[in-house]
Amino acid sequence: MSGFRLPDGGRIDRSRPIAFSFDGRVYSGFAGDTLASALLASGVMIFGRSFKYHRPRGVLGAAVEEPNALVTAGQGGRAEPNTRATDLFISEGLSVTSQNRWPSLAVDLGAAIGLAAPFLPAGFYYKTFFGGPRLWLAYEHLIRRAAGLGPAPSEPDPDHYEHRAAFCDVLVIGSGPAGLAAADAASAAGKRVMLVEQDILPGGSLLRDAATVSGMPGTDWAATVCTRILSRGGRVLTRTTATGYHDHDLLTLIERLVEPGAAPSAIAQRLWRVRAGQVILAVGTIERPMLFTGNDRPGVMLSSAVRTYIERFAVVPGRRVIVAGCTDDMTLTAESLARAGAEIAGLIDTRKGDALLAAQGAPVTAVTAMIAGRKQQIRCDLVAMSGGFTPSVHLHSQAGGDLAWHDGCGAFIPSTSRQSQLTIGAASAAETLADVLAQGWCAGGGNAGDAPVTNAPASSWHGTAAQPDVTPRKAFVDFQNDVTASDLDLAWREGYRSVEHMKRYTTLGMATDQGKTSNIPGLMRLSANEARAPAEVGLTTFRPPYVPVTLGVLAGEDGGHHMAPRRRMVLHAEHERHAPLWQPLGYWHRPRAYPRAGETLHASAHREARAVRTTMGLTDVSTLAKFDISGPDAAEFLEIVCATTVAKLGIGRGRYTFMLREDGMVMDDGTVWRLGETHFLLTSSTGGSDRMDAHLSYARSILAPKLRVAVVNVQEHWAALALAGPQARSTIEAMTGAAAPRHMGASAVTIEGGAGWLLAASYSGERAFELYLPGDRMVAAWRAIETATLAAGGALYGLEALELLRIEKGHIVVGAEASGRTTPQDLGLRKMLRGRGFIGGSALARPALQSVDREALVGLEADSAIPEGAMLLSERGGTPIGHVSSAGERIIGSGGIALALLQGGMLRMGEQLLVSSPTRGIEVPVRVVTPVFYDAAGDRYRD
Amino acid sequence: MLLINCPLCGPRAQAEFNFERPVETIIGVDVPTAELVERLYTRTNARGPSAELWRHARGCRAWLRIERHTVTHVIASVAVWEPQS
Ligand SMILES: [Zn+2]
Repeated sequence: MSGFRLPDGGRIDRSRPIAFSFDGRVYSGFAGDTLASALLASGVMIFGRSFKYHRPRGVLGAAVEEPNALVTAGQGGRAEPNTRATDLFISEGLSVTSQNRWPSLAVDLGAAIGLAAPFLPAGFYYKTFFGGPRLWLAYEHLIRRAAGLGPAPSEPDPDHYEHRAAFCDVLVIGSGPAGLAAADAASAAGKRVMLVEQDILPGGSLLRDAATVSGMPGTDWAATVCTRILSRGGRVLTRTTATGYHDHDLLTLIERLVEPGAAPSAIAQRLWRVRAGQVILAVGTIERPMLFTGNDRPGVMLSSAVRTYIERFAVVPGRRVIVAGCTDDMTLTAESLARAGAEIAGLIDTRKGDALLAAQGAPVTAVTAMIAGRKQQIRCDLVAMSGGFTPSVHLHSQAGGDLAWHDGCGAFIPSTSRQSQLTIGAASAAETLADVLAQGWCAGGGNAGDAPVTNAPASSWHGTAAQPDVTPRKAFVDFQNDVTASDLDLAWREGYRSVEHMKRYTTLGMATDQGKTSNIPGLMRLSANEARAPAEVGLTTFRPPYVPVTLGVLAGEDGGHHMAPRRRMVLHAEHERHAPLWQPLGYWHRPRAYPRAGETLHASAHREARAVRTTMGLTDVSTLAKFDISGPDAAEFLEIVCATTVAKLGIGRGRYTFMLREDGMVMDDGTVWRLGETHFLLTSSTGGSDRMDAHLSYARSILAPKLRVAVVNVQEHWAALALAGPQARSTIEAMTGAAAPRHMGASAVTIEGGAGWLLAASYSGERAFELYLPGDRMVAAWRAIETATLAAGGALYGLEALELLRIEKGHIVVGAEASGRTTPQDLGLRKMLRGRGFIGGSALARPALQSVDREALVGLEADSAIPEGAMLLSERGGTPIGHVSSAGERIIGSGGIALALLQGGMLRMGEQLLVSSPTRGIEVPVRVVTPVFYDAAGDRYRD
Repeated sequence: MLLINCPLCGPRAQAEFNFERPVETIIGVDVPTAELVERLYTRTNARGPSAELWRHARGCRAWLRIERHTVTHVIASVAVWEPQS
């Protein structure tokens, strides 16, 4: 219990105490506290257990870079795992739990029995994943138990999220002195300005290091500037993090309207997409840890973070403090500690040749150091370390900008830009507050002479923490992924010498913090091993997002039933009267079956299908894709798209047709009807309707722009029904009072006052008629036909019965047999092909498509049901030679039937094979047969 | 996400557009098989300027010819597609 709260000071509201719980115990803090500052004030030092080794960990930083103190904020569906305690502002009643420990934070058996440590050296995952399934099977349960972050919530997220788009002339990321000056100048010049700050308050370093700017306290100046920007019509977004810099100056911002785990009054988080004319990156730096043994122990913190806790939160994280480092930042921290009443147990300045060798205890109780040439052990309860500062180049790099090595920082800084980004302030290595303010003001378009002035003394934060003659092998480089210096050395010895290879082999920088504190120390280690300059070794690629982003905010409003618009068919209410089971198909919901009370889906589908075979059935096929194609060159155009003949069709005649992709694979199928000399109707599958629309447009506009033809998508104009069965003809003729067309004939028709088309096409295998009427005319016709159908003992039938009917007839469907990998030959359609002149035709001559070993359509028969999707084997344990694409059962009679894609196809006619589904534990012996199981001659519908 | 300046609609987000294909892969229906394979499958996917066919599918639906740099994504020109001879 070493941390404590100062009696006054800090940017917290002491009039607003806040109670929250951590691992079930109630603590209190003040409004303005982070979870980390509130717990540190209460003397808590251990926040969690590390990822691989379950080492106790405390707080390293004070902001977004924190790798150690990850917690789960909130409960139930609102729980947000892996939240940084340093980036979580407390609210009344907040419930927080620690992670990756069992049974408790204090007693962790994983660490106690050394569960993880012995078997997770560098490259462990790599060796396991690439070492074959046996290694993975051996280690999987251990890995899953030992290595993990917070569990994902299992309940639905009760909160709402939204997306917004915005535009501005100047987008400023970061509201430190540089960003404020730039935004102020730009808005003064009349630019539309957006200023983005990830903290709850503007000011950046001014919140930590007091300074006078423009004659007022720095934090007052920050507030004044923000007010000015707002009054000029600009936007200031606090608690908003720029997570991605994408093409053409589009940035994604995540705005938190409430803290993780808290209940929002309306929206929890907002995703902004901002297109900016200019982007000013004033994103500052992140301090680096020093490498020494035990540098991950609770109580070892970054120097600037210690100062932040004291100056901003009035929390002193320790009473007896070692201050170590390589920059003037350690001096500022030592002064701050002294002012706060802490004892400075030792100053270890690596610039003078001192070295910090090791830290002991958890929380830390002492360090071993080399000071002025003398090795000594010093008691302490806090170590403040400064291993130098790394300019944040993430967004600049995401935008494609180049980096240059900066010796002073010992890190990379932005150099040339590829988009409209400009990096200013500490992120560009600027050192003094006066320089930063002037630079920001000028970047915003202000005159140098008008830049805000400051009285802050010049102080250098440049410096690098090379510790001479020290090789701390067990020092942690990546705290969150538990990667040590020796892991990096091992990877290098094993040949992983490119920085990208080292990253993947050791997992350095691959944790949720994406290496914010570890990239440069890791690079320096590789650089030393390679004996090459860091600039030559280079950095790994920076990719969005800069911080972890919730899935909820990515989904935005598009969750649940808002994910896709639900389209209802014209006849929706007609179906609804029969309380059908609904099934999504394309954008629509179509009846899957119309079960009677107590009837199963299976029984209902068979009853409906039997009605089609024996009397008649009525179904809604309105969702089919439909195109009206007309003009003097309509037939010529259709023969470009369709692989079958079209031009030879007589007026009033139609045919089955199919369309190929350019690579020769069947893309879609349907029917084409010649309604007049220069007028056709083309139908194709529901699910492929958008694709077919684009395909026809491509053919029309790009391939055949000179043809005199108009292609109109009439999918939503025509509603359609199909009446199928032995009594279909008499029913239709009674309704229209005219002779119905013979098979594959079309005639104009008027039913119940609606004028449309009657097409004699059979998908079910029975005599059938499709009736196309304008959507607003269909309801009356449907009601009349439904009444007649039911009176005659027929039934309404849904998609499930349709599936049974078409499988029995061996009709292919797009997505199952026409899987995108099958040619007309594979599907037994070769006889219908024209010779040439259609899309995909010339691809069919490719030698590989002629092979007899290709998977081709066959039928399968069995005594019992055949599992759909299962693989086909010659014998048990054999190599798969195909799969079941569609499976059903005989509608009249019994036994399983299926369509399958089988290597060698019909050459295997009569063979006995095994259908195997190991995941369902099903094996069924099957016979290969012709893929038509019912009325192969078509006597049921031909005239 | 690219910002594409549709000649008919003005600057719009890439989400409104569909990329169709590089212009060099637009092939006629009766192109010889060997040429089809070369132009569709074994073509050079070059770094640098690329002439492409796009469509403002969720906008005016016009087919567009876009000159885009495949590395920098800089768009040199956007024009309504003109049928070639
Ligand atoms: Zn447009």
